[in-house]
Amino acid sequence: MPNAQELQDLVTQVRRDILRMVHKVNSGHPGGSLGCTEFFVALYNEIMELKDGFDMDGKDEDLFFLSNGHISPVFYSVLARRGYFPVEELNTFRLINSRLQGHPTTHEGLPGVRIASGSLGQGMSVAIGAALAKKLNGDNHLIYSLHGDGELQEGQNWEAIMYAAGSKVDNYIATIDLNGQQIDGSTDDVLPLGDVAEKFRVFGWDVLEIENGNDLKQVIAGLNEAKSRTGKGKPVCIIMTTMMGNGVDFMMHTHAWHGKAPNDEQLETALAQNPETVGDY
Amino acid sequence: MTKYTDQGKNDTRSGFGAGMTELGRTNPNVVALCADLVGSLKIQTFIDENPERFFQIGIAEANMMGIAAGLTIGGKIPFTGTFANFSTGRVYDQIRQSIAYSDKNVKICASHAGITLGEDGATHQILEDIGLMKMLPGMTVINPCDFNQTKAATLAIAEHDGPVYLRFGRPKVANFTPADQKFEIGKALMLNEGTDVTIIATGHLVWQSLLAAENLENQGISVEVINIHTIKPLDDKAILDSVKKTGCVVTAEEHNFLGGLGESVSRVLATHHPTPQEFVATQDTFGESGTPEQLMDKYGLNNKAIEAAVLKVLKRK
Repeated sequence: MPNAQELQDLVTQVRRDILRMVHKVNSGHPGGSLGCTEFFVALYNEIMELKDGFDMDGKDEDLFFLSNGHISPVFYSVLARRGYFPVEELNTFRLINSRLQGHPTTHEGLPGVRIASGSLGQGMSVAIGAALAKKLNGDNHLIYSLHGDGELQEGQNWEAIMYAAGSKVDNYIATIDLNGQQIDGSTDDVLPLGDVAEKFRVFGWDVLEIENGNDLKQVIAGLNEAKSRTGKGKPVCIIMTTMMGNGVDFMMHTHAWHGKAPNDEQLETALAQNPETVGDY
Repeated sequence: MTKYTDQGKNDTRSGFGAGMTELGRTNPNVVALCADLVGSLKIQTFIDENPERFFQIGIAEANMMGIAAGLTIGGKIPFTGTFANFSTGRVYDQIRQSIAYSDKNVKICASHAGITLGEDGATHQILEDIGLMKMLPGMTVINPCDFNQTKAATLAIAEHDGPVYLRFGRPKVANFTPADQKFEIGKALMLNEGTDVTIIATGHLVWQSLLAAENLENQGISVEVINIHTIKPLDDKAILDSVKKTGCVVTAEEHNFLGGLGESVSRVLATHHPTPQEFVATQDTFGESGTPEQLMDKYGLNNKAIEAAVLKVLKRK
């Protein structure tokens, strides 16, 4: 298992990957990707029990589902750097004939991806189904998922939130990326979410919060705490506050970089703030 | 004319239920999900015998489709059950992204399809579902004609790897196909050989086509009747072999003429062998309340409508 410095180096490298991927094709979603970098690095390198290689059924290992599929750059970078596919393939992001589609999909057979996502609000239902399959199979491993906060405006989430609690899906940890931003502005301006933690609680979930989702230590501690609360009759929810665009000063404190790529000059500035660590692809 | 006997009226949804009962006993990977319509889908025996393999989702069809997709990850074969309207139009994007595009082995089992749902009216009578489902890449679309065939189809789709839309209905109708039939997905069934006209029918309209053919044969018209239980993949060869012999065709389905079986047949004919065709189907309209028989008559979906279409298409040869 990597030590704290190695994980932090990986976070910086993944940020570089994200920036370079979206810059090359002048499209994609850097903001949310940068905000969730610590979460992905922690999950895939510290938290989840994973088998070597990839098979769709994922028996006898933990599984992760990305519901807010537009943050595919961080997902792809972390999957590649965890060994699911060659890091050089990050060069093909969003290009024709690539397995790295704009939004993640199983369709091209990319190892590490088990469901298509992008049309929002569907991932929690899928994760619940996978959790139920684990129970039927007598497999004690866990299901993890990530959702955007704006994504909670989709009604299907609330069907799933009600079901998971009502059916005691307690081998499941859903994390909400609370960055307060969506395409058209702040979530408060577009459609206020209210108290998200309290909403999950009154639906019957065990809820914990990560105050700074861009602090690797806090993220790891929060995920470990969530793990310890599984198997107790309730699904577990982590409300994780993050900064969209984290790690690049001009991308923070705004929703402007939700779905916009940096130009050449902006890329240079952004990369200078995130020097190469384990090596560019 | 080949003689077919009604073994006693029964509903196709009960054929589905009987198939599920058998799958519950024979295939441990089969699981069932339902959105608060267990009685309508006739799956109580499956639930009683396999309570751990049944998931009552509540009135939340979008969530049901997603959970079904997730259950396949781990090797389960989920069968979802609700009305056809709520199995398709209501959850189109969930099916599109989480099931079809994700290539998940989910069986979408839809009862109360079409206008024969009857008295509940147009809110529940979907006449667009075949079109919606057949347009999804990778989706298999099946509409069996009676109790026995629906049971056989239910067993067959469990053995097929990939998403399937299985469409059946509410009313008790003639049960005339063999109880021990082997269901082959994508294989049209020749019910009666003829030389003057081909009737290609699916679902409840197959029996109506046989009634029409019997009457037409008595008038000296030689009618070929083909049961297309699988609308996708379509048995192009069976269609072309028949129309090359007869030179004209009537398609019959309990569905809108836009997007249904008829249009699929037209595509095959236009591409390979242009042929006069008449469509027995609803004419781009919603349904309404009434008994199944009244509605089939009013909307031109019974043996009388098929006979009229045959006489019309014969003049166009």
